[in-house]
Amino acid sequence: EMSVLQEISQNVKSIKQLDYAVLARRANQIQKELSQGVRKPYKELIDLCWGDPHSMDVKPLTFVRQVLAACVYPELMSSHKLPLDVRQRAQWLLGRCDGGSVGSYLAPTGIPEIVQRMSESIRRRDGGVPCNPDNIFISPGSQWSLTVTSLLLTYLNNEAPLRTGILTPVPCHVTTIMSIKSLGAAVIPYFLSEEHGWALQVEELQRALESAKGGCNPVALYVINPGNPAGYVQSRKSIQEVIQFASEKRLFLLADEVYQDCVYGKNSEFVSYKRVLAEMGPPFSDTVEVASFHSVSKGFMGECGLRGGYVELVNLDPNVVKYIFNLICKDSTTPVLAHFAMDLMMNPPRPGDPSYPLYNQLMLCGAPVVTLGYIKNMLVKNVKTAHEVVNSLPGFSCQPVEGGAFVLPRVFLPPRAIQKAKEEGMQPDTFYCMRLLEEMGVLVSPGCEYGQKEGTYHIRFCIMASQDIIDEVLKRLTTFHTKFMKDFS
Amino acid sequence: MNHGTALLWKRRALSSLSATRRGLPKEKMTENGMMSRAKVLTIDTINPTVKKVEYAVRGPIVQRAVELERELSQGMKKPFAEVIKANIGDAHAMGQQPITFFRQVLALCSYPELLSDNTFPEDAKSRACRILQSCGGHSMGAYSASQGIDSVREDVARYIERRDGGVPCDPDDIYLTTGASDGIVTMLKLLVCGEGVSRTGVMISIPQYPLYSAALAELGAVQINYYLNEEKCWSLDIPELQRALDEARQYCNPRALCIINPGNPTGQVQSRKCIEDVIRFAAKERLFLMADEVYQDNVYADGCQFHSFKKVLFEMGPEYSDTVELASFHSTSKCYMGECGFRGGYMELINMDDEVKAQLTKLVSVRLCPPVPGQALMDLVVNPPQPGEPSYDNFIKERTATLSALAEKAKLTEQVLNTVQGISCNPVQGAMYSFPRITIPEKAVKEATEKGQQPDMFYCMKMLEETGICLVPGSGFGQKDGTYHFRMTILPPSDKLKILLDKVKEFHQKFTQQYS
Repeated sequence: EMSVLQEISQNVKSIKQLDYAVLARRANQIQKELSQGVRKPYKELIDLCWGDPHSMDVKPLTFVRQVLAACVYPELMSSHKLPLDVRQRAQWLLGRCDGGSVGSYLAPTGIPEIVQRMSESIRRRDGGVPCNPDNIFISPGSQWSLTVTSLLLTYLNNEAPLRTGILTPVPCHVTTIMSIKSLGAAVIPYFLSEEHGWALQVEELQRALESAKGGCNPVALYVINPGNPAGYVQSRKSIQEVIQFASEKRLFLLADEVYQDCVYGKNSEFVSYKRVLAEMGPPFSDTVEVASFHSVSKGFMGECGLRGGYVELVNLDPNVVKYIFNLICKDSTTPVLAHFAMDLMMNPPRPGDPSYPLYNQLMLCGAPVVTLGYIKNMLVKNVKTAHEVVNSLPGFSCQPVEGGAFVLPRVFLPPRAIQKAKEEGMQPDTFYCMRLLEEMGVLVSPGCEYGQKEGTYHIRFCIMASQDIIDEVLKRLTTFHTKFMKDFS
Repeated sequence: MNHGTALLWKRRALSSLSATRRGLPKEKMTENGMMSRAKVLTIDTINPTVKKVEYAVRGPIVQRAVELERELSQGMKKPFAEVIKANIGDAHAMGQQPITFFRQVLALCSYPELLSDNTFPEDAKSRACRILQSCGGHSMGAYSASQGIDSVREDVARYIERRDGGVPCDPDDIYLTTGASDGIVTMLKLLVCGEGVSRTGVMISIPQYPLYSAALAELGAVQINYYLNEEKCWSLDIPELQRALDEARQYCNPRALCIINPGNPTGQVQSRKCIEDVIRFAAKERLFLMADEVYQDNVYADGCQFHSFKKVLFEMGPEYSDTVELASFHSTSKCYMGECGFRGGYMELINMDDEVKAQLTKLVSVRLCPPVPGQALMDLVVNPPQPGEPSYDNFIKERTATLSALAEKAKLTEQVLNTVQGISCNPVQGAMYSFPRITIPEKAVKEATEKGQQPDMFYCMKMLEETGICLVPGSGFGQKDGTYHFRMTILPPSDKLKILLDKVKEFHQKFTQQYS
């Protein structure tokens, strides 16, 4: 007899199963075999598929964790085991909670004083461009923010003649595509130009928009800067062009800026869409609607597991904003600790504060302390090393990694390898990744997962890992790649 | 077919909220004379279902309460010294203390350097180590699997087996969630489909916890109301379920039946027989059962007992236990923990088709994973200190104190409210709220209607302005036409609660007199 639930939402069904799933299954098997003592050419599996720094031995920031511990167990504040301004910060944060406990519900729009500080921090970031705290909505992570914002834009199938369409980059990280599809909206792909450092070209946006005619109703343009999976950082000029395009074509801008703190390129600088918009002046600055997303998962904190983020809404009709409030009200899903982490991320100790060295320095001699400076330094090194090593290997070509968490080199697969992949029923780059997994115990993602130009192949791996892990992975990759290219030449 | 009077209130409330709602011009002149483009998102262009979403627990009355708090803190004179938010089931906000052991373990997990601190008991330390071992990089900051940390799901399964007297539980059927609400909404997202008369219908109790109606509105699902029987202590009537279902079949495709036990806002604890009847009904009518059991430890009345839907299902034999599809939801927000801010929860899926489960797994992966501290906390809730362990005695002491205080307050509430002429309160058998019926004089009803307000909203607003006590009007939960209620939590500390109840009594008498 058929299950009651057999009939399920089309939106859910339309979410594609990842190629990664096949790799993950095999990785699990290998993991089991390793723990059972089966001999392999490697002692442990390394998984660099996810932007998950802590699982890759990047340590949490000491200051952050001390504050959170004191908030969770306030008895710690009466002892002197924790530095003074850790205790002061914890006290301030707890004082803002109902009942002085992190166990009470968080107001859906966040704690007003914390949101106020967040808005001040955004204003500082943007060189003085005003930031209204009423336009900031906290969330349990950026994907949730994106989903809620998109929900506003998406019509149910039977309510409008055409499905809502959202322009999304190729390549694009998977969860964004899944979020959009799960709402029943259509993805309108626009290709980033690999030869130009993955640049966003307006002509390509135009082409994509044209291609959507009659198929769906384009209402929004999703951009991610710094990029994922491609590690570009948009120039001011590029951002201006995008804003002009969005203004002309009446598109809502979804600006995913979660990697704003992760900029490595010497000549690169993160500048927010909001700032550029403001600097462009009227009519743009008054009219173009932008939703900017940020999260505590990325950057140097890397607190993915806490589930915290926010969306800032720019130029939205105030009546629409009221409905957003209703929408998020029923959810109240942001954990208190995540909200505190937002405060710590956006209002870190400043020069002169007692905790500043604890938080920021490159190294603190002897102490088991993890500082921002230490992590930043390590990531910059990782990016440099990864980029150099990969580009030194024939058959690889990697655009400069100016920001973000990943490296996305292009792999020039020999025709024989492509043929073999077809025979095994796999995408060519999935085949490459599967071989890398089997022979070297390294798990990276295939470019087909993110979309790529026909006939090109890529792999993506995360550089937010300890230096040891990155060095080891690059060593194994080098050995594997050299052999693979030789075997299939 | 949806909310009836509640919808009327919604529409009117919204029109009083937005001043410039009527026809935003497509273009307008800016200061420098340039034509500016019309916005992409306007009232007319946003997703229509979003406009239907309401959530009474945090609605206009709470916004007013927050305003009043602000005014008080700025030194404005009011007839009261503080605003009491008896609207939301937030135990810690009302002074309930967290369980020490839980907070110790979570602090150790947050900052593992503390493991070398000998002021923490050994059992807390070993728990923390065990949890951290299951986290990527031994950090709560790493993503977990979307379905939740494996070892936590295993512990949850064992807890369920113990609770249900040995009925087996497969950890694969457990999904950790961001509070129970996340699980409920996810399941609804999964099963709402179809168009027109085959659009999915979901049965919910009236009165109901407004998350359900809000979620159904957002998903564009059809809400099918079945009325709980106030005269019989808010019990569930099968004939009423049948009536609601038969009527709904004319305009939608009913596929699920939601039940909250112990109940919110009504506080009733369903009898075993009632649960069996519901299961039989769901089996006969082929409905997916969604059992919200977050208040499972909050049972106070003599003669009442929590019976888990799953346990009863399995005791009814294979004819039912092999076929009825059931989801049970639990959370760290209620019971004796009251840890709302951690967003911990789980759902157990019974008899779910494998293919559907695969789709569910895909759906939950979109939001990556539930908050790891919440998962860790859930682990502690299902795996508390055991006899012989250093923290056991204190744990039992704290838990007992919290639960017995709640039981006392439940009784006190019922007692005091029933001494008021014009207020009639069913026994608060469980959960955290009283939902008394109030008589509102005709004159007040008239004035409310003229103001475009539901009469019980009018009543509650007045009470807020005059006493500082914030309650939620019954219209926010749904109620039989012509009846009025309010929901008040039993959470304030006993001495404060007594004062509150007296104030409510006083207000009601004054109000009744004023509008007689």
